[in-house]
Amino acid sequence: MSAAPAGPGLLETALRAGRDAGRKLLVPYFTAGLGDWTEALHAAAGAGADAIEVGIPFSDPVIDGPTIQEASTRALQAGATPDGILDTLARTEPGVPLVAMTYYNVIFRGGHRRIAASLVRAGVSGAIIPDLPLDEVGDWAAAADLAGVETVLLAAPTTPDERLPAICARSRGFVYGVGLMGVTGERATLAASATVMAKRLRAVTDKPVLVGVGVSTPEQAVEVCAEADGVAVGSAVVRRMLDGGGPEGAAELIGSFRAALDRG
Amino acid sequence: MSPTDRAPGGLMREPDPTGRFGDFGGRYVPESLVAACMELEQEFRVAWADPAFHAEFEHILSSYGGRPTPVTECARLSEQLGVRVLLKREDLAHTGSHKLNNVIGQTLLTRRMGKGRVLAETGAGQHGVATATAAALFGLECLVFMGEVDVERQALNVFRMRLLGAEVRTVTSGSRTLKDAVNEALREWVACVETTHYCLGSVMGPHPYPWMVRELQRIVGDEARDQCRQILGGADPDYVVACVGGGSNAAGTFAGFVDTPARLVGVEAAGGAAIGHGVPGVVHGMKSFFLQDEAGQILEAHSISAGLDYPGIGPEHAQLAAAGRAEYPQVGDAEVLEAFQLLSRTEGIIPAFESAHALAWVVREARWAIPAGATVMITLSGRGDKDAAQAMEHLG
Ligand SMILES: Cc1ncc(COP(=O)(O)O)c(C=O)c1O
Repeated sequence: MSAAPAGPGLLETALRAGRDAGRKLLVPYFTAGLGDWTEALHAAAGAGADAIEVGIPFSDPVIDGPTIQEASTRALQAGATPDGILDTLARTEPGVPLVAMTYYNVIFRGGHRRIAASLVRAGVSGAIIPDLPLDEVGDWAAAADLAGVETVLLAAPTTPDERLPAICARSRGFVYGVGLMGVTGERATLAASATVMAKRLRAVTDKPVLVGVGVSTPEQAVEVCAEADGVAVGSAVVRRMLDGGGPEGAAELIGSFRAALDRG
Repeated sequence: MSPTDRAPGGLMREPDPTGRFGDFGGRYVPESLVAACMELEQEFRVAWADPAFHAEFEHILSSYGGRPTPVTECARLSEQLGVRVLLKREDLAHTGSHKLNNVIGQTLLTRRMGKGRVLAETGAGQHGVATATAAALFGLECLVFMGEVDVERQALNVFRMRLLGAEVRTVTSGSRTLKDAVNEALREWVACVETTHYCLGSVMGPHPYPWMVRELQRIVGDEARDQCRQILGGADPDYVVACVGGGSNAAGTFAGFVDTPARLVGVEAAGGAAIGHGVPGVVHGMKSFFLQDEAGQILEAHSISAGLDYPGIGPEHAQLAAAGRAEYPQVGDAEVLEAFQLLSRTEGIIPAFESAHALAWVVREARWAIPAGATVMITLSGRGDKDAAQAMEHLG
């Protein structure tokens, strides 16, 4: 495993600053290439997002439920490509850190160094690659570290205690706690595993701990933030976009999360 | 001598500790599944070193599964082709294909892990039927994912699975074939990994599956080697040929012959030729060859045979190809239909469409490339009953 880079990057610095100022962190997810997605990034930042996950669609998104699958399919059918998305992002400045979320084949095929450089050029600070676990992340992480891209690792409810410290040590930007055993998608209630996950991570790391997957309402966000530093909200946001809510609809939803988290 | 001591050059032995065969393999899964893959690896390692496990595995396969399956020498076909053709008859195994070997092994492991439920993906339906069968035998719950296209073209196998008590869930995303059934099975596994074993159907997926499934299928190759030596007066065949979807029947077959001088030939469907037309990639938990575009989006495969309609190939085959130890030619649907009829008429054996790919390559190459009188052993991975309705559409 490669050594840690000198210090925290842009993403971690921004999230730490937010957390240390007493704010609960909010990171919404958008599928790139779907509808008015670049406007949605601006709207999300305006509505109080601390960072934004930008999903680069992949044909076989195995950890995604029906909502994000549908968004990915639509975006691909509309002609979305990783290079096209990153070119567009390079001309977009929403004003908060961006984190690319995609599957490993997109990166492997594109080339580690080339993709890392493209992310930097596009103004993307971090990367979340859900099918690249700790044991396989080395080659990519070396290229990412060198380029200054913060690779966020995920921890899951089934991750053994012994494995958590290594995941937290290798994770950059923040640590992503997976809230439940299952694919992305909205859930009526917050899984008990979400809070447990946050607690377990907070016990072993000082890095910001965000919980995602299955966090779908402001109430659930508040609930999990009793333990977590913040939340990632994917399907609920993407659902707005798919339903034609557009950037305003997404911003309205994100604003309601922001307000609830600020009220605490 | 243990079976794994035979292969020269380290081919077809254990993968390295990270689950790699040369550059290929690995364990590219969501963190949620890492612990389950580790548990399975550990469970398999212990079981596979345990003579009692082998005894039970082999007992079930002989008393229930119909093993050993025979090797049949095909006199009329041999005369017609001018090469000596031997068939390893996995079509005579219970449920009609080699798939049962793998599934019996994995359900025994499921029981050892204390899990009460199995899930599986299936293309042609043969792996689904085998899984449903073993689940019935062991009293396990069973859920099978199958693409919508395959549900239509393999209606008989859908009925068989339901009859055996399994739930068959139709997958309507993507290409609606095997690739998407794998995606859905992985999604489901993430949600129930603590109670459910994913009974993967081929030498693909994350470590330990490619290695474990090859080991569970090596019984095909080990039997065939001994049987061929009986028939050929101690000699090994010149060619060993098997069709390749994910590559389990080919891997099991090759494992028995990799240390012999035999030329190993894995036949891909022209429309699903991962080695023929693919490039390296990482999908479904493994680094291997996949049909994909420049951006890394996985392309849809197209084959008359649902079991070969997959845009990837198991990682160990990628290594065998890279090492030059095995070759992976392609055949098209038309040749396959011809071979399907040829074997039926000359030998009274109706092969599965998948198996007819291996045969079609031999029929084509016997005309010019295979020396007259050479011995060719083909693994007939399954019988063609499941394909009868589809063959009727094509042949009238
Ligand atoms: C009869 C038969 N042969 C071959 C295959 C292809 O699988 P594999 O390459 O794993 O042997 C299948 C898959 O469904 C099959 O049913």
